[in-house]
Amino acid sequence: MIKFLLMVNKQGQTRLSKYYEQVDIEKRPSLETDVVKRCLSRKKEECSFVEYKDFRLVYRQYAALFIVVGISDTENELSIYELVHNFVEVLDKYFSRVVSSIMFNLDKVHIIIDEIIQNGHIVETNKNRILAPLLALDKMAEAH
Amino acid sequence: MPAVSKGDGMRGLAVFISDIRNCKSKEAEIKRINKELANIRSKFKGDKALDGYSKKKYVCKLLFIFLLGHDIDFGHMEAVNLLSSNKYTEKQIGYLFISVLVNSNSELIRLINNAIKNDLSSRNPTFMCLALHCIANVGSREMAEAFAGEIPRILVAGDTMDSVKQSAALCLLRLYKASPDLVLMGEWTSRVVHLLNDQHMGVVTAAISLITCLSSKNPDEFKTCVSLAVSRLSRIVSSASTDLQDYTYYFVPAPWLSCKLLRLLQCYPPPEDGAVKGRLVECLETILNKAQEPPKSKKVQHSNAKNAILFEAISLIIHYDSEPNLLVRACNQLGQFLQHRETNLRYLALESMCTLASSEFSHEAVKTHIETVINALKTERDVSVRQRAADLLYAMCDRSNAKQIVAEMLSYLETADYSIREEMVLKVAILAEKYAVDYSWYVDTILNLIRIAGDYVSEEVWYRVIQIVINRDDVQGYAAKTVFEALQAPACHENMVKVGGYILGEFGNLIAGDPRSSPLVQFNLLHSKFHLCSVPTRALLLSAYIKFINLFPETKATIQEVLRSDSQIRNSDVELQQRAVEYLKLSSIASTDVLATVLEEMPPFPERESSILAKLKKKKGPGAVSVELEDGKERGELNGGGDRGGDAAIAASNASTPSPSADLLGLRSAAPVSGAAPSAGSLLVDVFSEAGPAASSAGVNDDGFLSALHAPEASDSPLVEGPGDSDSAPPSAASEDPAPPLPESDELLNKFVCKNNGVLFENQLLQIGIKSEYRQNLGRMYLFYGNKTSVQFVSFSTTVSCPGELQSQLNVQTKTVEPLVEGGAQVQQVINIECLTDFIDAPLLNIKFRYGGALQNISLKLPVTINKFFQPTEMAAADFFQRWKQLSQPQQEAQKIFKASHGMDTEVLKAKLLGLGTALLENVDPNPENYVCAGVIQTKAQQVGCLLRLEPNAQAQMYRLTLRSSKDTVSQRVCDLLAEQF
Repeated sequence: MIKFLLMVNKQGQTRLSKYYEQVDIEKRPSLETDVVKRCLSRKKEECSFVEYKDFRLVYRQYAALFIVVGISDTENELSIYELVHNFVEVLDKYFSRVVSSIMFNLDKVHIIIDEIIQNGHIVETNKNRILAPLLALDKMAEAH
Repeated sequence: MPAVSKGDGMRGLAVFISDIRNCKSKEAEIKRINKELANIRSKFKGDKALDGYSKKKYVCKLLFIFLLGHDIDFGHMEAVNLLSSNKYTEKQIGYLFISVLVNSNSELIRLINNAIKNDLSSRNPTFMCLALHCIANVGSREMAEAFAGEIPRILVAGDTMDSVKQSAALCLLRLYKASPDLVLMGEWTSRVVHLLNDQHMGVVTAAISLITCLSSKNPDEFKTCVSLAVSRLSRIVSSASTDLQDYTYYFVPAPWLSCKLLRLLQCYPPPEDGAVKGRLVECLETILNKAQEPPKSKKVQHSNAKNAILFEAISLIIHYDSEPNLLVRACNQLGQFLQHRETNLRYLALESMCTLASSEFSHEAVKTHIETVINALKTERDVSVRQRAADLLYAMCDRSNAKQIVAEMLSYLETADYSIREEMVLKVAILAEKYAVDYSWYVDTILNLIRIAGDYVSEEVWYRVIQIVINRDDVQGYAAKTVFEALQAPACHENMVKVGGYILGEFGNLIAGDPRSSPLVQFNLLHSKFHLCSVPTRALLLSAYIKFINLFPETKATIQEVLRSDSQIRNSDVELQQRAVEYLKLSSIASTDVLATVLEEMPPFPERESSILAKLKKKKGPGAVSVELEDGKERGELNGGGDRGGDAAIAASNASTPSPSADLLGLRSAAPVSGAAPSAGSLLVDVFSEAGPAASSAGVNDDGFLSALHAPEASDSPLVEGPGDSDSAPPSAASEDPAPPLPESDELLNKFVCKNNGVLFENQLLQIGIKSEYRQNLGRMYLFYGNKTSVQFVSFSTTVSCPGELQSQLNVQTKTVEPLVEGGAQVQQVINIECLTDFIDAPLLNIKFRYGGALQNISLKLPVTINKFFQPTEMAAADFFQRWKQLSQPQQEAQKIFKASHGMDTEVLKAKLLGLGTALLENVDPNPENYVCAGVIQTKAQQVGCLLRLEPNAQAQMYRLTLRSSKDTVSQRVCDLLAEQF
């Protein structure tokens, strides 16, 4: 299963974190720092899967944005790697400039992630269906 | 697409975020945040009721502040209020805040539950989804209790919207994981399994996670999912489905769902139904075929998605391990990936191949890639990929390629990353041992390991090489020669010194014929390293030296000189000092025979699971796991060679015994034991008590070190029963009843007639030490139970019972002991004894505990004998003879004439008589050769005066022992006890 998903900038600051396994709030920053340090320090030609404690990290970089996913050994690395890309494509479809937009729309990014992953499991991969609730919401807001 | 923060975007929030982003320093950021927190707090506390919008805005700001890494300790109530809003955005922010910031044990849960209940029954799909997400995110027991009954209904109801079904499936999964007892699938099982047939792929994707989890817990109940999963997979793979359009990702149909279906199938064995199986094999073949087809897109996403499915299919093929054809095809496919330009693929291929290597069908196919893998080990730029390559080499190793692989791994070690060296060392050590045909190769390999990566060679590794050298006499001479040569290096690793010291101490004689490695040369070589070594190594070297004295008498003077030097005999380290003192004493007092006995060559170690393997298993890692599997198959070969037929049998008898850690030198176990039982080391005491009185005083404060040296020898004696060793204690292994006392327990009892402290019992697992004191008719005994293993004893319990008559003669009270005895730990038990009247039998001590699952059941006699309650009585000759005459009735006297079974040394006899508890009366008996004693036995009922006369006849090596007391039973018992002592 998926244990957590982090969106991190190049400086290593967490922009968004989503946990699917209970991790104490106090322990999260140190876990994030550690995880991010491991991924950021890797070179381009190194592989995108990192063994970390008793699980694995799958990470992918988009310009200044890093997305890191922690997974257990029952998950398929490549499929998670592509899940991240699918997620970024959804963000791309919805926001025009991903990196700065997510800062101002954390709530919406959360809605999108919740449509893709629930409870540590992939629940939806169809882009249109992922965005459907959000678009409905925007329509409601416009109607106001 | 909508622009940023359109519609009801919160301007105040946007401004705040901009402010934060414009902060030049961390301090400025904190200042701005504190200002905002104060503002929000005052708004929440203010009199004016906030409208939904403001509440949402402030809660949102708090959330943002939290995500920046600051503590938030208020606002929870406002967030809960937002849940009952009818506006989606307000409700959603409320749920978001709760999911992120409320721990499952929060007091607010009750309020939250109410809001959720309303939303679940609202029939508004978006609200229902929000509520389900929240249950899944928090997942507390209270929530499970409230909603576990409701959610399956929502999941399978015909009129539930697809999106709600998806949420419900995963929500149920979360509740099942958190509180399986509350989620009762029973009536829902079949309908849940049929979700695999749902026409909506999203629902299938969500449901399959739930079904996979439920199947792995109750495979039988969910068995029907196999055929459904196969047919779904088949439709996707053959692109026969028409519903795939939106789920195609870069020309790959439904990659994530395919992976999940293949994963679900891995919960089950191959389908029994021929048709289902045929269809599945067809699917797997199609997937393998597609890998060979030209890509439909040049995009990496296309190949990644395709390969994700391929790897999952290979996992399933490996899981089934029954289709040789598919296994070999999988192996060939992975072989192609080994040289792929994508690092990710090379990494995954190496990893996957590692598991393939353990299948008998594909092991040979994997081996054909050895050159590629070795090349990867040398040239990969990413350490994690090299690590995988090393794992794979380890997994593909067998007798045919062991030498090549071990050589490659050794040469890789010289430049290997520090992070993986220790694991590499363990692996090399295991392979070298497992596949050694020629043990000199094994010794060379391990010494090379120490030379190349000495810092990473753990104790287990060098213990093991010593164990093997000791157990195999064909390699001992070679080992001695090789370590001797290795020690010539000006700078050699301390582990090399340890191995060298040990081996030369045992087998130095095998190379002593060559003048270049004469005894003195060997000693000087070892001693030249002495001062650079740490205390444990020096201690080991001292033991090697004393062994040298035994092996080569000509080195005695030189070595004694070294032992006598202030830097040894007055060393500030107590262990070194003690060894120096004892060894010096031993070497000067003991005769050559005694020396040869004490310092005899180590007996062979019992064959046991390699402790290195155990250590590697402890370290996690996919490589280790696969080898574990393999190891089961090759267990018989573990100590290879085949020229020692007995090995397998011994290994088998020990197989159930997780062996105590290989503490070769007793360095670790000796310490706690010695603290517990001041005069432990019974072996040494025995040696000295025969050697003479002067030595016996040295024996008293011995610490058991020498006996620890001989521990393996002790394990050969009948005293020790191996756990689960059914020959020596058949009834004890199975039954929960106290075992009958060990046959030797009378002997053990006799050991303690004349002494109060010592080691009562010892086997491979347990040592029991005793310390006792007596006054009047009362006694107090301290029992020390020492766990000699590194594994804890559970359900440890002891009972002391007084069989038969003894119940009315002795009053014994014990305190219970803790049921857990940690590995290497010692627990103490106090026993209070009151002597009511005189007695003959001894109380029984029964010890029960579980070690590695097996019940251990040991019964002993507690060394409580009537003489313990003696109070010495001094008297003059006249008084003695007067009382002697008063006790002249025949039943008052007990007499025994017996042959001496020990030496008849005066001082030893005196010590024993004093140990009996009586006063030794000087100048009483007209014959100075005789001994007379007097004492009063204190019982609650009466006092029994007792007189004793022992007449040794040195010429005939006989004794006559006469006891007179006011009670016939006492005379007889004391006489019996004492007669066993001389």
